[in-house]
Amino acid sequence: MMKKSCRAGFVRLILSVACIAGVQPFAHAAELEERRPLSLPEAGERTALPLSDPRGRERFMPTDTRKKESERLRGVPIDAGKWSGFVALESRLFAQEALFPEQSGTQSSFVLQPEYYKKWDGGKQSFTFVPFYRYDQRDPERTHFDVREFTWLNVGKRHEWRVGIRKVFWGVTESQHLVDIINQTDLVENPDGEDKLGQPMINLALIRDWGTLDLFVLPGFRERTFPGPKGRLRLPLLVDTSQTRYESDQKWRRVDLAARWSHTLGDWDIGLSHFAGTSREPLLLPVLSPLGFPVALAPYYPLINQTGLDLQYAAGSWLWKLEAIYRSGFGPKSYAASTAGLEYTLSGVFGTGMDLGLLAEYLYDERGKRATTPFQDDVFAGMRLGFNDVQSTEMLMGVIFDRTTSGRFYNVEASRRIGNNWKLNLEARAYAGLPPTDILYGLRKDDYFQLELARYF
Amino acid sequence: MRKLFLLLALSLTSINAFAETPEEKGLAIAVEADRRDLGFGDFTADMLMILKNKQGEESTRVVRVQNLEVKDDGDKSLSIFDEPADVKGTTMLTYSHKVEDDDQWMYLPALKRVKRIASDNKSGSYMGSEFAYEDIGSQEVEKYTYKYLRDEVIEGQPCFVVERYPVNKNSGYKRQVTWIDKAEYRPWKIDFYDRKDSLLKTLTIKGYKQYLKKHWRPDEMFMVNHQTGKSTLLKWSNYKFHAGLTDADFTQESLKRAR
Repeated sequence: MMKKSCRAGFVRLILSVACIAGVQPFAHAAELEERRPLSLPEAGERTALPLSDPRGRERFMPTDTRKKESERLRGVPIDAGKWSGFVALESRLFAQEALFPEQSGTQSSFVLQPEYYKKWDGGKQSFTFVPFYRYDQRDPERTHFDVREFTWLNVGKRHEWRVGIRKVFWGVTESQHLVDIINQTDLVENPDGEDKLGQPMINLALIRDWGTLDLFVLPGFRERTFPGPKGRLRLPLLVDTSQTRYESDQKWRRVDLAARWSHTLGDWDIGLSHFAGTSREPLLLPVLSPLGFPVALAPYYPLINQTGLDLQYAAGSWLWKLEAIYRSGFGPKSYAASTAGLEYTLSGVFGTGMDLGLLAEYLYDERGKRATTPFQDDVFAGMRLGFNDVQSTEMLMGVIFDRTTSGRFYNVEASRRIGNNWKLNLEARAYAGLPPTDILYGLRKDDYFQLELARYF
Repeated sequence: MRKLFLLLALSLTSINAFAETPEEKGLAIAVEADRRDLGFGDFTADMLMILKNKQGEESTRVVRVQNLEVKDDGDKSLSIFDEPADVKGTTMLTYSHKVEDDDQWMYLPALKRVKRIASDNKSGSYMGSEFAYEDIGSQEVEKYTYKYLRDEVIEGQPCFVVERYPVNKNSGYKRQVTWIDKAEYRPWKIDFYDRKDSLLKTLTIKGYKQYLKKHWRPDEMFMVNHQTGKSTLLKWSNYKFHAGLTDADFTQESLKRAR
């Protein structure tokens, strides 16, 4: 109800502004208000109002007059911004005793991520601001602030500009994201590496019949975050970010470049990308004590070239997926890596309205044992369950099995809405059968169960 | 002799007219209904969904919809979810097709990721409501075969009662019985029969308004599920025809920025 009365108030505001701008004759304004008092568009679309009356005079105008009028109206700055976002409490419970005495068996934290959004110019321009803050009870490294987004967007007829801090995702597979490279991983957030730090960029997208070409200039490098000594889910040797080194003389100030062509052709989605610049993934080099013992790890960020391909084919209930990269400059030899798999969706399973998705992927890295990721010859099998209920209950279960070491990584994620504004997220991870040679070996005692309660506003 | 011939000719024509089978008549009604809505070009509208369970507990969804008419194919549509708050900013793009499976993508704002959706999920629930994707998607003549049943007056309006049978094997229905008014060819009621041919849902449509002196759109669509007792009320508002949308507003790029 409140919304409605606000809207009615807005009409008057718009009309008065429009009149000042010399656009809206009074007689018509009054008529308009009378006709559609409660069915106004949301704040962001207000400038479009006088043009959009389905029965108004507008459609009887010659096209050029209409265009001029719309252009004039777009200049009227009457869009108000809107805040939304969420706050959440998160608790982790670890199943086993920690490897190190400074670590704890539980870990709670608080997170706040508001979002400000404002659009104007008839929706052709917008501004988005998403700050992020997490306070962690145990690990000061996990207590951190970031600007996830601070972007100005300008949409043209066949191009789009995005300038500021943003997050970009490329890729199609589920078990790992090889092609995705623009943003740095915010590793303290979650060991799955899906959380990202905001990346400063100038992005021009050219939209043509032959697809979309995205060009990126990336000024400023973000360092990967790592858990501190008190945090769980870390390597036995601590990563000392005060000893970070770069291949580039300009260090974090280097301007990186990237481009991606993407296109949809019927049942096919295809993306071809290239990145040239400082690797988001660091090489972790041992820091030696005077006696020659490794005491810490120092991140080293080399300059790389990475070409990526992502491909997806949809056929009925089947989705076929492929991601492949070729990377040079990272380590002594260039290498290829890929993830290939499929997703099969059964709808209305168990005589209910539930969807069941079956996932299978193969993860390959040419470097084999020398790979810097744990997934060099692994198989992922997973299951996604969508309950299609009012609470949007969802569940994802999966295991990644290492064919060389027999190590296994289990993952369960589930979520459910409570009421209209709350959401409960559950996450459980377990590591099994890890041999000392596996990169994940340091996490062998870090099986955990996590519950997050979020309030959206 | 001449008179007799004429008589014969006349009776032959009338036989011809009567020879229209119920299937042909059903199809003709569907074709006419489709023809009358041709040329809408594009429109935007706001949709409020009120979901109610057996116990009467309510929850709401707010979605903004953009639609583009595509010549010789199904429509393109883009939905922007505003509520519930946790799905705010999620958008969905559908290229519907006359007979083949639709193409569908969903944008998840938290991950900044566009996901393709397996395209043959027709019978799945739309946002947990009693509307299935196939109920809410673009209604093309070719998606069904038809059979005219009878004439009937509902709510004071003379209607055709036409039965239709989904062509796509992934449909959740064996048949649907539709009530279409004779004056303007608008659906007022649809009974949905599940695969086992028992009555599953009834849709009643109310408050038609005419836009651009041609296109009729309802204010309310009420779907009740007879088997579960749940219901969904869909309220439409703010229809804007000829909003100036083009193909460029229905791409994966626009999917990512629509809000």
